[in-house]
Amino acid sequence: MSAKPKFAMYWAASCGGCEIAVLNIHEKILDVDANFDVVFWPVAMDAKYKDVAAMPDDSITLTLFNGGIRNDENEEIAHLLRRKSKILVAFGSCACEGCIPGLANFSPVDEIIDTAFHTVTTDKGSEVRLQTRYPAREGEIRLPTLYPTLRTLDQVAKVDYYMPGCPPESHQIAAVIDLVIAALNGKATLPPAGSVIGVGGSTVCDDCPRARNVKTIKAFKRIQDVRLDPTLCLLEQGIPCNGPATRQGCGALCPKAGAQCIGCYGPAEGVLDYGARLISSFASVIDSNTPDEIERILDGIPDPAGQFYRFSLPGSLLRAGKSARAK
Amino acid sequence: MTEKIGVYVCHCGTNIAGTVDVAEVRDWAEKRLKGRGVVVARDYKFMCSSLGQELIEKDIKENELTRVVVAACSPHLHEQTFRTACKRGGLNPYLCELVSIREQVSWVHTDQEAATDKAKAVLSGGVERVQHHEPLEPLRVPIHPATLVVGGGIAGIQTALEIADAGKHVYLVERDPSIGGHMAQFDKTFPTLDCSACILTPKMVSAGTHPNITLLTWSEVEKVDGYVGNFVVTIRKKARCVNTELCTGCGICQEKCPKKVIDEIYEAGLGYRKAVYTPFPQAVPKYPVIDKPNCTYFLKGTCKACEKFCPTSAIDFNQEDELITVEVGNIVLATGYDLFDPRRIPHYGYGRLANVFTSLEFERLTNAAGPTNGSIVLRDGKTTPKAVGIVHCVGSRDRNYNNYCSAICCMQSLKFAHLVKERTGATVYNFYIDMRTAAKAYDEFYQRVLEEGTLFVRGRVAEVTDAARLPSEEGKLIIQVEDTLAGKQRRIPVDMVILSAGLQPRFDAKATAKLFGISCSADSWFIEKHPKLDPVATMTEGVFIAGCCAGPKDIPNSVAQGAAAAARVLAHIDEGEIMLEPVRATVIAEKCSGCRICNNLCPFNAILFHEDRMVSEVNAALCQGCGTCVAACPAGAITGTGFSNEQILSQIEGLLMLNIANGRRPVEIAEAVMA
Ligand SMILES: Cc1cc2nc3c(=O)[nH]c(=O)nc-3n(C[C@H](O)[C@H](O)[C@H](O)COP(=O)(O)OP(=O)(O)OC[C@H]3O[C@@H](n4cnc5c(N)ncnc54)[C@H](O)[C@@H]3O)c2cc1C
Ligand code: SF4
Ligand code: SF4
Ligand code: SF4
Ligand code: SF4
Repeated sequence: MSAKPKFAMYWAASCGGCEIAVLNIHEKILDVDANFDVVFWPVAMDAKYKDVAAMPDDSITLTLFNGGIRNDENEEIAHLLRRKSKILVAFGSCACEGCIPGLANFSPVDEIIDTAFHTVTTDKGSEVRLQTRYPAREGEIRLPTLYPTLRTLDQVAKVDYYMPGCPPESHQIAAVIDLVIAALNGKATLPPAGSVIGVGGSTVCDDCPRARNVKTIKAFKRIQDVRLDPTLCLLEQGIPCNGPATRQGCGALCPKAGAQCIGCYGPAEGVLDYGARLISSFASVIDSNTPDEIERILDGIPDPAGQFYRFSLPGSLLRAGKSARAK
Repeated sequence: MTEKIGVYVCHCGTNIAGTVDVAEVRDWAEKRLKGRGVVVARDYKFMCSSLGQELIEKDIKENELTRVVVAACSPHLHEQTFRTACKRGGLNPYLCELVSIREQVSWVHTDQEAATDKAKAVLSGGVERVQHHEPLEPLRVPIHPATLVVGGGIAGIQTALEIADAGKHVYLVERDPSIGGHMAQFDKTFPTLDCSACILTPKMVSAGTHPNITLLTWSEVEKVDGYVGNFVVTIRKKARCVNTELCTGCGICQEKCPKKVIDEIYEAGLGYRKAVYTPFPQAVPKYPVIDKPNCTYFLKGTCKACEKFCPTSAIDFNQEDELITVEVGNIVLATGYDLFDPRRIPHYGYGRLANVFTSLEFERLTNAAGPTNGSIVLRDGKTTPKAVGIVHCVGSRDRNYNNYCSAICCMQSLKFAHLVKERTGATVYNFYIDMRTAAKAYDEFYQRVLEEGTLFVRGRVAEVTDAARLPSEEGKLIIQVEDTLAGKQRRIPVDMVILSAGLQPRFDAKATAKLFGISCSADSWFIEKHPKLDPVATMTEGVFIAGCCAGPKDIPNSVAQGAAAAARVLAHIDEGEIMLEPVRATVIAEKCSGCRICNNLCPFNAILFHEDRMVSEVNAALCQGCGTCVAACPAGAITGTGFSNEQILSQIEGLLMLNIANGRRPVEIAEAVMA
């Protein structure tokens, strides 16, 4: 047994991008190895849940937990890791806010399964059905049970820090790891519990080099339909850029590359509901006083749920669509 | 709980106590909200009475209260009262919260039990909210002693004279070449029938010569910066092309100018003026202006007759618009009204049937100085009408046009009836819906006109037509009307029809309101701070309104408002400085990304953007705490004093009784709020 502090990383309902982002810190990963004893990281190493269960409580110093809580397995491990960890970080947008998997909160579970098994990419008319229990020769095999909705990590367990992003930017991860290492060596202090870390204090616009004027919007446009001025704020050109409402941290990658910010870094500090805030902002700058015209302008946003709640539905005041909640 | 809260539940006589069990609310607060910091709870018949206020003052001292919650009427009514009571008791006035259990509870419910429960919830919300209040100090700003008056009609003139007579300086800005407004167009004024010019001109002359009045005619306000006490106003003085230092007002230029122009404003289109003109002989100031778009010299490069004949060489074709800035402490808007355009009602025939006149046209016809020297004749300029129909409520009280009553048209129509009778002896019909003569000596005037033999038909005119059906209608205008007293349709042939068109907000009222940071009603009349108790102030400190710009009214009321606005301004000036409500928005610079979403939203132009630092800032003196920008800022970088997230959210928790639920969440929505 080494005396190094222990590190764990886990994925629940997520895509795996967060893990890649951690590996993407390049040689800094050697620092992780030098300073930590990696005890549990299903993507990178073999480990069994029972090994974790056997560890003493609070024995893991730092756990990065990515993914939302979609099924009973996710929840069980969330509780387990909470018990075993000193610092539990909701890592990435899924754990913080629900993210893309959270958009399934608009549909009840049976509909989700129907869609998954009856789309064009699955055999038409096939009788293939999801079964959560299968009597194999070796004994019954059980799949985790899907919950009616996806929840964020802090809706099932106490979270110490939040690190948003889809995925969090590697330089931010590196900085956070540096900070934790420094803190362990008594050379820095950790921010107060509950803080959002690996982010800036403002929003994406702060890092965006595009020129800005007083904003008025006469029409929302889709990026593929217009030739854009590469130097002017996208929102002013009618592209519904979420930059103004999205927490600073990514370095305005998307608007710098010519695409609108879609909001993966979540709401700014103190904002309770990302979508509601952004809706009231966009609504404020729509330049019309006639209901018909306003209606027409709003029609320029064909998918309001995707525009305003792409990353944050489970963590928002809405949490889920009615049909999913009813179950 | 570190705060010590006093709770006061008001009966408001039976206003509240009739529906809400006030004693029960008090008992409940004392017991259930004890854990939330409530140390005393009282109920009282009239909290706003001096005895009620003393209760609060005494408790603050004896129980060392740090917060006060009064459950009574709307904050609109008595917030100030209870804040002042707290102040007298030695508590910062902004640590007081007034929750409405009258307007929002007792007046809107009948079920006593439910109302009592709701009153508890509302009170509980207030108790939670008040914990997050902060002591605030009102902002003090010095008041510049000069005043800007915009609009030189009777209301504006009155305001300017009152202030100037009190020894304070006034800039009176009028967009036309002369002051006087609509009143200068009239011959006689109801109900006394005194000559309009005789009572108006002396006032115009005083305004023109007053040492404390800088008269800026042919001028318009272009920009308003600053805030109450310290406005900086940019005024465009349009080029007159007449050097007022040299001009003596002899009028030779007007005489010699070969270019005739139809006078759409002063003569209501009935008469002509020249390209160089004063709108009327008694104009103040006496200096003419050259109407550039119509002047032959400006159109073709030759003429200059005026220049040639001017004995003092006052004509200056090279004059340019001048921008001047003035500093003032207060602003009074008295921009008046426009006449409803009766062309919008095609079946009344105006513009199509020659002998259909508007009320203003008729005023010019009767005016001794008007195009017909006061003789009432048909459009041909010579025929005296034998029968005249006067139609009330044209464009007013009509859901197709304006819903409101224009207030003056009944009296003005009666005045016309009298003048027609007196000068032509014609038969006069007045078509009215209701006769509205509710002011001093107005109904007496109606009686007089009745006695003079004017015929009154009650009914809204359906149509004015020249299509005769009977030989007796040939060559006449026929008024088709349902006589609702006789209960039958009538066709009344007349020679002349006068349409008593309603009053409308100025065509540019919305833009003017925006320029000065005040609001307009849906109709576009300027909105007063309180329709009953504060009719000449607006929601913007230091900007007042007087006369018809705030809604239709007669001359006496316009004058009264002008004087009232002057009194308000003088009170400000006399105080020397003014206290502003500290309920304001602030931008937290570190959180502001400079997205500029808020920049164009403030109705009071309080937000400025620093290009260099790329952050927005709220000017506290301009901000009225409306909250628009707070709601719009996507970064949550703007907070509103008194309306912080903590205050609002804790109030909601209180309303939902989550504060006393001991972890149980009684209401489903509570879940979402707690997240
Ligand atoms: C046909 C008719 C007859 C009437 N007869 C009577 C009567 O007999 N007795 C009676 O009591 N009432 C009468 N009235 C009502 C009377 O006209 C009004 O009560 C009175 O004129 C209102 O005065 P005011 O100063 O508010 O507005 P106005 O007279 O309209 O004056 C406003 C002034 O502001 C100027 N102005 C407007 N906008 C700007 C701007 N942006 N910048 C600078 N200047 C600006 C205008 O040029 C104008 O000079 C009559 C009304 C009508 C239509
Ligand atoms: S493009 Fe987007 S991120 Fe950039 S300034 Fe405009 S709104 Fe902000
Ligand atoms: S120059 Fe213009 S204003 Fe002067 S006389 Fe000729 S037309 Fe009239
Ligand atoms: S809306 Fe908010 S973030 Fe944007 S400029 Fe205004 S204060 Fe700054
Ligand atoms: S709260 Fe904001 S929008 Fe409202 S007055 Fe103040 S600065 Fe202007």
